[in-house]
Amino acid sequence: MAEIAVLHDYLDLPVAGRSAHTAVEEADGAKITYGELGRLSDALRDRLLSMGVRPGDRVGVWVRKSIDAVAAIYGILKAGAAYVPVDPTAPAGRNGYIFSNCSIRTAIVEDRYAAALRSELTAAGQDVPLIEIEGAGGGLGLRRRLDALQSESPAPHGTTIRPAADDLAYILYTSGSTGKPKGVMLSHGNAMSFIEWCSETFEPSGEERFSAHAPFHFDLSILDLFLPAKHGATLVVIGEELGKEPTQLAQFIAESRISSWYSAPSILSLLVERGKLREYDYGNLRRVLFAGEVFPIVRLNALRHLWPLPVYYNLYGPTETNVCTYFQVPADIEDSRTEPYPIGKICSHLSGVAIDASGNPVLDGSEGELCIAGPGVMLGYWGQPEQTENAYYVSEDEKRYYRTGDIVAREEGGSYRYLGRRDRMIKKRGYRVELDEIEACLYLHPEIDEAAVVAVPHDELGQMIRAHLSIRGAERMSIIKLKRFCSEHLPIYMIPDQFSFHPALPKTSTGKTNYQELKQYG
Amino acid sequence: MTADPETSAAVKEFILAEFLPGEDPDELTESTPLITAGILDSIATLKVVSFLEATFGVSIGAHEADVEHMNTIADIVQLIQSKKGG
Repeated sequence: MAEIAVLHDYLDLPVAGRSAHTAVEEADGAKITYGELGRLSDALRDRLLSMGVRPGDRVGVWVRKSIDAVAAIYGILKAGAAYVPVDPTAPAGRNGYIFSNCSIRTAIVEDRYAAALRSELTAAGQDVPLIEIEGAGGGLGLRRRLDALQSESPAPHGTTIRPAADDLAYILYTSGSTGKPKGVMLSHGNAMSFIEWCSETFEPSGEERFSAHAPFHFDLSILDLFLPAKHGATLVVIGEELGKEPTQLAQFIAESRISSWYSAPSILSLLVERGKLREYDYGNLRRVLFAGEVFPIVRLNALRHLWPLPVYYNLYGPTETNVCTYFQVPADIEDSRTEPYPIGKICSHLSGVAIDASGNPVLDGSEGELCIAGPGVMLGYWGQPEQTENAYYVSEDEKRYYRTGDIVAREEGGSYRYLGRRDRMIKKRGYRVELDEIEACLYLHPEIDEAAVVAVPHDELGQMIRAHLSIRGAERMSIIKLKRFCSEHLPIYMIPDQFSFHPALPKTSTGKTNYQELKQYG
Repeated sequence: MTADPETSAAVKEFILAEFLPGEDPDELTESTPLITAGILDSIATLKVVSFLEATFGVSIGAHEADVEHMNTIADIVQLIQSKKGG
C-alpha cells in the first residue's frame, strides 16, 4: 500500500484499485465511482492551481451536501490548500464573515448563494474570484463549470500537491463565546491520526456503506469523508432536508442499506420517536456511532430495542481534538439503568489527564477537567494567538494538552465519566449544581421530548435554574408534577425554579440545542 | 380539630396565583408536598408566611416556617388553626 502522507492520499488507493466501485452516492440515487471522483477532483485541482492557489491558501466551500461538495473538498486538498466549509443554510453575513476572516483565496459556491456572498466579501474589502456552480447534485454542477472554464481558458494538467503533515488541511468554524464564529485550524496529521485510529478500532470493510449525516462544517464529517475512502467503501450522502426528517430518513436508512451510521444523538432520538423504525428492515446496519452531545439513556435503550443488530459506540471529543475518548456500549441492555454510559477510554493515538482548578492532575475517581495531548490536537484558532495560547495546559514534563472544558472523573480501568461542562456548573446558595445532571433527570420523564436547563442571574436567588422543555403531544405539563418528579431524583436545590414550554427547542446549525438562544429567553 | 375549607381554599389560591401560574388547580391538593418538591423555596415560604400573617391575623415564628409545619396545605391549615386556638 502506498504511503499515506496527506489526507487526500486516502483517495488514491481506491482510485487505483477499485476505480469502478461507487465512491459517493446521493439520496436520489446519483452516484460517482472512485475513478470519476479522482478525475473530477483532479480537474478542480488544476483549475485552482491555474488561478494561483498555493499551499497554505484557504478555499471556501459553500455547497449543499452532495457529490459536488465531496469532490470540491478533495480538489482543494489536492491543490495543497485548506478547505473551509460553511453551513449552506446559514445567512450570507455569517458565511461572508467566515470567508473574509480567514482571507479565502477563492471559494466553490452554488450560484444561488453567489450574489449575496459577493456583496459580503466586497463589503469586507475582499473581492476574490469565485467558482460558481449551477446547483449541487451528482457532481454535474461542478463538472459543467470546470468544463466551461476549461474551454474559456485551459488549465494545464498539474500534479497533486502533498504538503507536510503539520500543514493546515481545513478550518472548522464553531460558535465562539464572543458571538463571532471561531476558526479551529486542523492539519493533515490531525485528521489522519484520527482516521487511522478509526480504521483500527472499527475495522470496516470495502463493501460497507457509510452514512454522511453530519454537515461538512461539523467535525463528525471527517470520519465520513475519509474513512470510507481509506477502505474503498461507499459514502451515502444525506442532504440537509432529508437529514432532519425522521419519517423519510428512517425509510432511507433501510432502503439505502447503510451499514455504518454516524450522527449526533438528537436525530437518533427523533428516529426513535417518530421514525416508525419497526416498519423497515435494518439488516445491513452493523455499527452505530454517535457523538456531539449526551445521548439520553432512555432514548439509547429504546433505539437498541428497535435496532438490535448493530454495535453502538459513544464517541466524545471537541472539534479541537476530534474524537478523543470512546465507549462501546455493552450488548446486554439493562432497561432500568438511568445513569448515562461513560465516555470511555482515551483513544490510543492520544493521551489524556484530568486536572483540578489549580492545574494539578487529580487522582482516579476525583473530578477534573479533561485535557488531551497527541497528534489529533488542533494547530490553534485562526488569527487568535492569545485564545490559542489559553486553550492549553502544559504539564510538568512540558507536554501540551488541549483543555476541553469538560469535567470528568476517571474510573477504575481507565474509563472516563462525563460530568458536565466547566461552564455548566453553577453555584446556587452555596451548592454546586450541574445543569447537565438536571437535564439527564428530566429526560427520564416519559412525557418529556426535549429538555435544556440554563442558569439565569436572579436578584434574590443569585442564580435561577430554568428548564426549557418540549412535551410529547402536549403544549405544557403540570409544574407540580414536574417538580415532584424532579424531587424523586434530585436534591431540592437542583429542582428547576422555572419551567418554560416550547413546541421544539431551538437548534444550532449543527443540530445541537442552542443554549445561547435559550439564555436570551425572557 | 375541625377541617377549615375556607382557610384551605385561600392558601391554595394564593400559592397557585403566586408560584404556579398556569397550573391546573386540581393538581394542587391538601397533601401535595410543597417544600420537599421544590414548589416553595425558602423565599417563597417566607412569602406564604407574610400572606398568612396578613390574612389570618396570626404570628408565625421563624422556626415554624419549615418543612415540618408547612410542607402541605393541610400542614399550613393546621398551623393556622393552632394559632387561632382552634
